[in-house]
Amino acid sequence: MMTCCPVGPALDAASQFAGDLAPWVITRPDGDRELDLIIPGLCAPESIPLIEGALEQVPGLAAARVNFTGKRVIATWTDPAFNPAGIVEALNELGFMSRPFDPSHSGLDADDAQSRLLLRAVAVSGFAAANIMLLSVSVWSGAEGSTRDLFHWISAGIALPTVAYAGRPFFRSAVRALSSGQFNMDVPISLAVCLAALMSLYETFNHGEVAYFDASVTLLFFLLTGRYLDHLMRARARSAVSQLLSLSASSAMVEEADGSTRIMAATALQPEMKMLVAAGERLAADGVVAAGSSEIDRSLLTGESNPEVAAKGAIVHAGMLNLTGPLTVTVTAAGKDTFLAEIIRLMASAEQSRSRFVRVADRLARIYSPAVHILAATTLAGWLFWTGGDWHSSLMTAIAVLIITCPCALGLAVPAVQAVASGVLFRNGVMIKDGAALEKLSGVDTVIFDKTGTLTLGRPRLVNGASITAASLAIAAGLARSSRHPLSRAVCEAAKARGIAPAIVEDIQEIPGRGLSGLFQGGPVRLGSRKWCGIDENDGQGLPEFVLMRNSRAASIFTFEDELRGDAAAVIAKLKDDGLRVEILSGDREAAVRRAAVALGIERWQAGVTPQQKLAYVEQLKEAGWKVLMVGDGLNDAPALAAGLTSMAPSSATDIGRTAADSIFMGESLLPVLVAREVAIATQRLSLQNFALAVGYNVFAVPIAMLGFASPLVAAVAMSTSSIIVIANSLRLGLIFRQRPASAKVQQPDVPDLAHLERRAA
Amino acid sequence: MTILLVLIPAALALGAIGLAAFLWSLRNGQFDDLDGAAHRILVDEDRPKRSTDGRD
Repeated sequence: MMTCCPVGPALDAASQFAGDLAPWVITRPDGDRELDLIIPGLCAPESIPLIEGALEQVPGLAAARVNFTGKRVIATWTDPAFNPAGIVEALNELGFMSRPFDPSHSGLDADDAQSRLLLRAVAVSGFAAANIMLLSVSVWSGAEGSTRDLFHWISAGIALPTVAYAGRPFFRSAVRALSSGQFNMDVPISLAVCLAALMSLYETFNHGEVAYFDASVTLLFFLLTGRYLDHLMRARARSAVSQLLSLSASSAMVEEADGSTRIMAATALQPEMKMLVAAGERLAADGVVAAGSSEIDRSLLTGESNPEVAAKGAIVHAGMLNLTGPLTVTVTAAGKDTFLAEIIRLMASAEQSRSRFVRVADRLARIYSPAVHILAATTLAGWLFWTGGDWHSSLMTAIAVLIITCPCALGLAVPAVQAVASGVLFRNGVMIKDGAALEKLSGVDTVIFDKTGTLTLGRPRLVNGASITAASLAIAAGLARSSRHPLSRAVCEAAKARGIAPAIVEDIQEIPGRGLSGLFQGGPVRLGSRKWCGIDENDGQGLPEFVLMRNSRAASIFTFEDELRGDAAAVIAKLKDDGLRVEILSGDREAAVRRAAVALGIERWQAGVTPQQKLAYVEQLKEAGWKVLMVGDGLNDAPALAAGLTSMAPSSATDIGRTAADSIFMGESLLPVLVAREVAIATQRLSLQNFALAVGYNVFAVPIAMLGFASPLVAAVAMSTSSIIVIANSLRLGLIFRQRPASAKVQQPDVPDLAHLERRAA
Repeated sequence: MTILLVLIPAALALGAIGLAAFLWSLRNGQFDDLDGAAHRILVDEDRPKRSTDGRD
């Protein structure tokens, strides 16, 4: 069910990079040149030596190193005259498509730097915590006098630089929050860590008995671990997403006034330029067809599943797929006027309305951090009153309260579960962009699906194969073999599925908008539209069709339908069983949408919906209090994806769709939608359990601290135990889904026969 | 108690060596490709090894 290579379906012929590599080459400070390439198809570890071995054979290349985690290869060389195109060619020969990318622009570098900073802070605080804890053990076991002072001084020597170094992520965030007049979890953290360190220093100076250095540094260590896990999860998803995005970074072939051609980036296109679009390529800009004729697949833009004929004068948009013939397109729109820009504007405004969502952890922090401060202040005031102005012991007790209540377990509660959850989801073919998406997903009560490309695979399938003779199918496949038209491909697939070899057809010609013609055993054959073959047009059922003509007589009629994802019906049934409201919102024709809705048992559906209407409908549902999960793939879904409480897109979606969606699922199955929801619910349950554990610990520990019984030993043990319990509880998520894979719950063979359902509907 | 003067610096130094080794490996990119490193150990290295650059 899960494909090993996440981007498989996203690759079409146009993905192969054919442009100039020079802009991607980085010159290092030592003069060496470096080129980073993404290899989306890299999924078998056996390929590592294969690729590195092949690249070693490229003359002039100094070194090539595969990064398997990032599906990248880094090639370096010294000679400025070396042509890096050889690298791409060598990879091509091995069967790997590759694309150059700039790590500093894709945001991966910034992510890497941030994660290294956190990891270094974890290492430093871990080292400090272990050593100070050792010294503390000596103090607790009875060191006295000058020996105790010595241990405290050494602890101070380790703790103070550690706090200054490893505490920075929290201090920065706390200062940012305070300067905007807000409280977050980092304010009490910073306060506790700093106060504990300073107070301990004061105690050490005065030969005091107790110091809180160990508590202060251990606190930092646990909190940094939580922060690092949180970051790791988001960075992994982001790198996967940026890989997908870089794949679709498109280029265009431009014809100059003098007739020469050159390849340029899609972003550099200007109006009035002439763009050459070969069959099988996606358009890089909006324009008007100036020459040539072809069929255009606009399903990603409008949801319309049938290709349309485009001849001179036809208006075409970026993102459409040119199917059958070469086109010359005059670019018309640039900048703000494109259809694309309009969609992006809608998306941006929808996203703004969504940013109001507050994560559970932050909601808790809003209550929790003032509570911590009030408790500590109350303790201080109470002790001052009780002891009659003994500042020293009052302050020590107040600090103990701050340390004990510090949201150590709270800081780990959510990131630890979410890190485990993202791993589980990744194995199930879902990439989550951030933890908030999981929280939102768990509360969803409405699922809205787009049809074309989401519920369906976005490619047609022959539905009346049983009534077509083997001979007809062989001839049709022989004709269709050379064509890129989706219906032709469906014919070939049907023939292959029945084990029929394509017949040898000669002199094949493809006429855009009509069909294919050729010679079979000397007689003319045709495969194409009813009109072109001269058959009564009113006879059809509204489904896309091909007629096979042999010797001017209609031999058979091929009927096609956009194939539903294999397990779509089972997934929808399960979602409905769980009490969710399921709807279809599609830009496709009514007949096609109705058929899909009937086949899947979805009562609520709308057809012919524009992107604006989709957005408005989702907003309307949100107003009414529904929590909407939007699942869609096309440009036309992007605003609705951004508007929904949360959203998912298949990896075959447009890059805008993938950017707008909170999570991306891979492969031909719809099951990841179900799995994601189940994992999200389990994650939410475990997070809440963790919160309960952490809060329960506080309820138990705070009175002890307020009464002044919290020795540094009690504080250190209590804090570590609560953190470890929370982490152990989080790891249960991985166990739950290992023993009982979420996918096992859906019975796969339940997929109903479409033809049968159609008869029932009629 | 003078033994402390030897033992404590020794303990701290050992810890510091561990920390330094970790920071060095981090800077050296040993944590850049965790999945790849796990698989590479199983790869038969039967081709002549050429010098690699510092980024490894």
